[in-house]
Amino acid sequence: MNNKNLLNLIDITVSFEGFLALNKLNLNLRKGELRAVIGPNGAGKTTFLDVITGKVKPTKGEVIFKGKSLVGRKEHKIARLGVGRKFQSPRIFENLTVKENLEISVTTPKSPLNLINKSIKDEQLNEIERLMKIVNLAQKVDSKAGSLSHGQKQWLEIAMLVGQKPDLMLVDEPVAGLTDEETDLTADLLKSLSGENTVVVIDHDMEFIRRLDSNVSVLNQGTVLCEGTMETIQKDQKVIDVYLGRPED
Amino acid sequence: MSLSKIKFDKKIVLSFWIILIALIIAAPTILPVFRLNLLGRYLSLSIVALGVDLIWGYTGLLSLGQGIFFALGGYCAAMYLQITSSSEFPNNIPEFFALYGVEKLPFFWEPFRSPVFTFFAIWIIPALVAGLIGFLVFRNRIKGVYFSILTQASLLVFFNFFNGQQKLINGTNGLKTDVTQLFGQMVGSESMQRIFFWITAILVIAAWFFAKWVVKGRFGNILIGIRDDEPRVRFTGYNPVIFKTIIFSIAGGLAGISGALYTVQSGIVSPQFMTVPFSIEMVIWVAVGGRGTLLGAILGAVFINYAKSLVSEALPASWMFIQGGLFILVVTALPEGVLGWIQGDGPRNLLQRFGLKRKIETYPSLEVNNKEGNNE
Repeated sequence: MNNKNLLNLIDITVSFEGFLALNKLNLNLRKGELRAVIGPNGAGKTTFLDVITGKVKPTKGEVIFKGKSLVGRKEHKIARLGVGRKFQSPRIFENLTVKENLEISVTTPKSPLNLINKSIKDEQLNEIERLMKIVNLAQKVDSKAGSLSHGQKQWLEIAMLVGQKPDLMLVDEPVAGLTDEETDLTADLLKSLSGENTVVVIDHDMEFIRRLDSNVSVLNQGTVLCEGTMETIQKDQKVIDVYLGRPED
Repeated sequence: MSLSKIKFDKKIVLSFWIILIALIIAAPTILPVFRLNLLGRYLSLSIVALGVDLIWGYTGLLSLGQGIFFALGGYCAAMYLQITSSSEFPNNIPEFFALYGVEKLPFFWEPFRSPVFTFFAIWIIPALVAGLIGFLVFRNRIKGVYFSILTQASLLVFFNFFNGQQKLINGTNGLKTDVTQLFGQMVGSESMQRIFFWITAILVIAAWFFAKWVVKGRFGNILIGIRDDEPRVRFTGYNPVIFKTIIFSIAGGLAGISGALYTVQSGIVSPQFMTVPFSIEMVIWVAVGGRGTLLGAILGAVFINYAKSLVSEALPASWMFIQGGLFILVVTALPEGVLGWIQGDGPRNLLQRFGLKRKIETYPSLEVNNKEGNNE
């Protein structure tokens, strides 16, 4: 269909015992695109990520990533193909240090033999240092990740995501619980990542989405209600009805 | 971990080392043979405890079936000893076969004529069985309490099977090793027991270093990652099934070595090695010693078992109560185990509670960093 697209979701339907979490969802992502996905609670935003990352198998439909179907593949295989995911609440390894967390993410190949036999490569160590600088954690290298503040945890997880060098980054609510300043920094970071990477951001925070200055897909009841720039969707009557509720200035 | 903490740990580890080596060297001269033999048996149990610590303390897999692999190792050793000492018995096969009218050696005994095969079988067979059970269970994403129940159920299956096979492995009576010969010496003799003690002590240290090597670095970090958040590990591109199978298999191999050493020092292997309480005790040793500390597993196994034999001699009926009480105490008061408590801030907190040490005024990391600054 579209060879330029990095990801095509075609008529994805996910049914949980009769309840349709996703209903004939279609979505295409170009390479290098930054895309925001918004929608009210229960619209299927997280299920949508679960389908791409292999956590949930679609009842019907097809997921094409870099020309390959992802349906039926195991999570770790999909991750190795180049799909990275940041979870809603920060999920880092709290009992490991910041550096160890990043080592886990940048290490390749991710086989037991490589991990037990060889020490980490120099270029991977350099990458870890670069990442720690980007997210301002250079001073916390040897601190347990569990001792970081909420914002730092969010950032560490984003750094781990980047360290995985995925072609597609799926970012679920990266600014939940962050201060305004941290939110702005996160938005800038995500913007700087797009272009080279393809980034999908899911969030509720309208200010944050506006700041991303990207195309927006609005999900509702498991399907894409509307797509376009922030201005377009804010004027869309359907979107106003189901999500925004009231026109914003 | 901060710099001063590492130094602190090293000091403790070093002093335990010196005490441990001194004990091992001095043991045969200061202990009567009976006590030496007990110590040797408990040291061999610490190897299975190391395996439990690897799978439970590091990887979060609470196995209640380590007795399977322990007994398999024991049976491998006992079969070799029985078969090499059977020349004077009818049909040149171990004596017990005559009781059941068996005249031909069952086929699976044949390879155990070879000492080389037995040497490898003792740890490879339990490791393979563990790997197979583990792979099937992990592939189906069975974890948590379901994993524990499944391992316990497997234990019962093995127990019942071994119990019922008189014609193959002498069933519930087990295989005796103390009256067998090894290199022309009686296995139960004092000189042999002394040698077994040394071998055990060396293997405990080797197993400890091996376990430390396994958990150090990125491999160990993935194990901890699997324990704390397995889906996250998966989404990062690692296959937890492989890692869990490997570590479960390693623990199985360690259990096999442990079982073989325990068998030659207790003089018999029997399905009693596969009873439910014994496998649970293995978990208690690790819980009391300190999960995820390795050294705690060794100390837990040795000290609890030694305490058990001392208490049982003095007050025969009371050990079960003490063991139960110990477990409750650890679960409620010392969730990290004794060594985990010492390595953490346990002693300092206790001193503070009695007003013997000043409280830290800021975050621990800040205080420690300041100290480091002063040192430089």
